[in-house]
Amino acid sequence: MFVYVKWWDSTLVLFFIRLLLNMGGGGGDSSEDTAVELGDEPHVLAVDDNLIDRKLVEKLLKNSSCKVTTAENALRALDYLGLGNETLEGAVSKVNLIITDYCMPGMTGYELLKKIKESSVLKEVPVVIMSSENIPTRISQCLEEGAKMFMLKPLKQSDVKQLKWHLMKCRN
Amino acid sequence: MEVVQIQRRLVDYTKSLFMEGFLDGQFLQLQQLQDESNPDFVVEVVSLFFDDSEKLLNELTIALDQPNVDFKKVDGHVHQLKGSSSSIGAQRVKNVCIAFRNFCEVQNIEGCLTCLQQVKQEYYLVKNKLETLFRLEQQIVASGGSIPMIEMGF
Repeated sequence: MFVYVKWWDSTLVLFFIRLLLNMGGGGGDSSEDTAVELGDEPHVLAVDDNLIDRKLVEKLLKNSSCKVTTAENALRALDYLGLGNETLEGAVSKVNLIITDYCMPGMTGYELLKKIKESSVLKEVPVVIMSSENIPTRISQCLEEGAKMFMLKPLKQSDVKQLKWHLMKCRN
Repeated sequence: MEVVQIQRRLVDYTKSLFMEGFLDGQFLQLQQLQDESNPDFVVEVVSLFFDDSEKLLNELTIALDQPNVDFKKVDGHVHQLKGSSSSIGAQRVKNVCIAFRNFCEVQNIEGCLTCLQQVKQEYYLVKNKLETLFRLEQQIVASGGSIPMIEMGF
């Protein structure tokens, strides 16, 4: 099943997100994760190679009371997250949510998603994929790999508000 | 000219840009994002769009001028331009980019060259329109007035 934020009734979306979260993010045991806390001001890492889109998503998130860090590609994002750094074992993730563009040069958003899900520290961090292209196989591929949501660009304020609301609700 | 008159001019001008398809609802999204903490947000983002687009148009011109055109490279640039124009609401530029990508996919050089010309035209048109819009806003602010919010029935 997949989730189109734009097209589904918000209660249905919430129901499916709850299901996805209860399934434990991809094969492992569903942990009582204390590593990811969504306080009043979640810290979001936004990854996009397009400068205008980075600026836009940053403002959208800030307007929804999120703290935002941006990265211009997947490698910079992994660097920031400290992935591949053994001393991170047992540490807590710096961010509460990662939102990434799908089409990026070098490593795509999908490949970034896979790397995050492979990490013991980061696999519980919700990942949202954005794309300007509405391709069902792409969407289901991302959701199967553990993305919490797939959003179509250009993002609007209502998309981000809905996203934050659903993620906060699921934490409670 | 009185502030009220400039405000009326701005409202009419903005509406015409929507009616003529230069801008779409996404531009309104940008305007709605602007607030006291970031009062120049729209101008900043649009300025980034101008700089970015001009770079891309140059790259496209060079890439399409090569004896052996790298269509993948061309498509990459058009994809970027499509994304940015879509994000700021520059509808006509975005629409040409869609056609442009189709020509890249089938490696049709003539189609690509035509689209390049069209996208340049549309870009310079919307650039001109937006600069006029910002000038009107500046005039209002300079006269102590406030920028009217445009209500559009989308």
